[in-house]
Amino acid sequence: MTAMRAWLLDEAPASPAQAAMGRAYVAWRDFAANPLALTGLIIVLLLVALAVLAPLLTAHDPYAQNLDDRLLPPGAAHWLGTDQLGRDILARILYGARITLMIVGLVAVIAAPVGLVVGCVSGYFGGWLDVVMMRVTDVFLAFPRLILALALVAALGPGIENAVIALALTAWPPYARLARAEALTIRGREFIDAARMQGATAWGIVFTQVMPLCTSSLIVRLTLDMAGIILIAAGLGFLGLGAQPPAPEWGAMIAAGRQYLFDQWWVATMPGLAILVVSLGFNLLGDGLRDVLDPRR
Amino acid sequence: MTVTDDETFRMARGRLRSGAVLAGSVAATILGLLLVTFFIGRVIPVDPVLAVVGDRASAETYAAAREAMGLDEPLWRQFLIYLGGVLRGDFGQSVLTGRPVLADIGRFFPATLELATLATLIGVLAGVPLGVIAAVRRGRWPDHVIRVVTLLGYSVPTFWLGMIALLLFYATLDWTAGPGRVDLFFEGLAQPVTGSLLIDSALAGAWDVFGSALDHILLPALVLGTFSLAYIARMTRSFMIDQLGQEYVLAARAKGLSEARVVWRHALGNTAIPLVTVVALSYGALLEGSVLTETVFAWPGLGAYLTNSLLNADMNAVLGCTIVVGIVFIGLNLLSDLLYRLLDPRAR
Repeated sequence: MTAMRAWLLDEAPASPAQAAMGRAYVAWRDFAANPLALTGLIIVLLLVALAVLAPLLTAHDPYAQNLDDRLLPPGAAHWLGTDQLGRDILARILYGARITLMIVGLVAVIAAPVGLVVGCVSGYFGGWLDVVMMRVTDVFLAFPRLILALALVAALGPGIENAVIALALTAWPPYARLARAEALTIRGREFIDAARMQGATAWGIVFTQVMPLCTSSLIVRLTLDMAGIILIAAGLGFLGLGAQPPAPEWGAMIAAGRQYLFDQWWVATMPGLAILVVSLGFNLLGDGLRDVLDPRR
Repeated sequence: MTVTDDETFRMARGRLRSGAVLAGSVAATILGLLLVTFFIGRVIPVDPVLAVVGDRASAETYAAAREAMGLDEPLWRQFLIYLGGVLRGDFGQSVLTGRPVLADIGRFFPATLELATLATLIGVLAGVPLGVIAAVRRGRWPDHVIRVVTLLGYSVPTFWLGMIALLLFYATLDWTAGPGRVDLFFEGLAQPVTGSLLIDSALAGAWDVFGSALDHILLPALVLGTFSLAYIARMTRSFMIDQLGQEYVLAARAKGLSEARVVWRHALGNTAIPLVTVVALSYGALLEGSVLTETVFAWPGLGAYLTNSLLNADMNAVLGCTIVVGIVFIGLNLLSDLLYRLLDPRAR
């Protein structure tokens, strides 16, 4: 262990791999020293584990209706109670984690690369291309995000695919701004000149030199945004515009529990707690990552 | 709610440019906004006419709407027609209420403004002191507690928090009034002057109406205010940490000023200008957050109007609300820019 630490912290690394691992180790040490960030990481990992292992963790079927057992309070048979159709709420929350992860993952996979490409191209090439692209970005930034997503879903029709499209369309502009700012500082550096003199094309430089350097701040921003995406997705589900019944989407579950709120409080409360814990997890993680990766703080 | 800390803040500050460029960029942004809403309303839907008139419309209504929307024209002319309409304040008719969308918005907006203003007030009054305390006790337990509390404020789904608040404070403890803007008994008693029920009833001296309105607004305003509280507290903390590290703070302490005076007067005084921007941005975010809060509290504002229109596929109303909120957003950004220039001598 000590030898390994010494190897990782070596002031004069023998290989690029050793240097990279050493840097990662130092960053991890900073990160792990922050209990809140570590809590966030654990929550997020737990979410992934629960979603993957959902069938092993509960014997109940999230879709199986049993009207004899409707609206049962939390107890031994149903730990978090049952809903208005007698479905086990815990099972629905566990399977619902898959929907949440899918939405968040898809939005990240669509929005982050779009923002990255737009921002890097805009920042590296500059000129009229930059002006036009940033003007478009500003227009999308001027929109309140939830309301733009609502209007888009209203036009596209309700459903989980359309919710993902709407969320992705509203999510990319901040990434483009961020990537552009990074690209602007990178483009004047000497290694870019070196690459150019070696005969690399402008597009080649953008994709192989500029983009990789923009990713770390983008990841921090993405993690911080995850909570927001989860909340907006849940809001769409709550309004009946996201995932459609009988899918166990958390926001839609809260909406279904609304009419039983004053008598059977658990129906709406439990999925809300799930949303709260998960988005808190992403916020704690993002906060911690920023402290580690952003030297300005 | 999408404002993420200093990122947005830096963006807002980055927009400080000369007046002419500013005006041009605002105009271009509004034009872009209208282009996007035009696209959403006319290009994305399979049948834009159906989206506007609803599927229960008669053949004549359908034909009239198609004619009015100019759908036989090429797309660019359709946009110009649309643009002309919006610039004249014609957002079309609402299918749901049967009245012009702009008139509807004018009727519902004051209730939302009232709610968002009170929520911002709560956010400032609680958020600024929390941020100052966190900065002064940086790295110690008050800082950690405040950090967790503010992150909770960022993480909680407002519509759910609203429901829990109703369950706890209305249904269980009976401390506050339930959903709605005022008790049914007092409905329509105060003469509308400003549109704000609190101000109108106070002006008329109808204190029983005022009391009932206050009773009704407190819970939704608190729920809505949690977000701006969290945002304002976090930004205040980071501004204060910057200020407390400055040399003038050291000088003030060396001069023998009390710590309270150094912190609350000197350091906090210098964060006032950036805080104005933060408050303006959080106000914009609250207009957006009100969509879900109003639905839960049956608050008759713009958010409830928007969700009602959404659920009935009333596209004119949806897009009208989108445009109005978008323009208010742009206006708030502009306002914070201008205030910044006005208040900060370095920005002149």
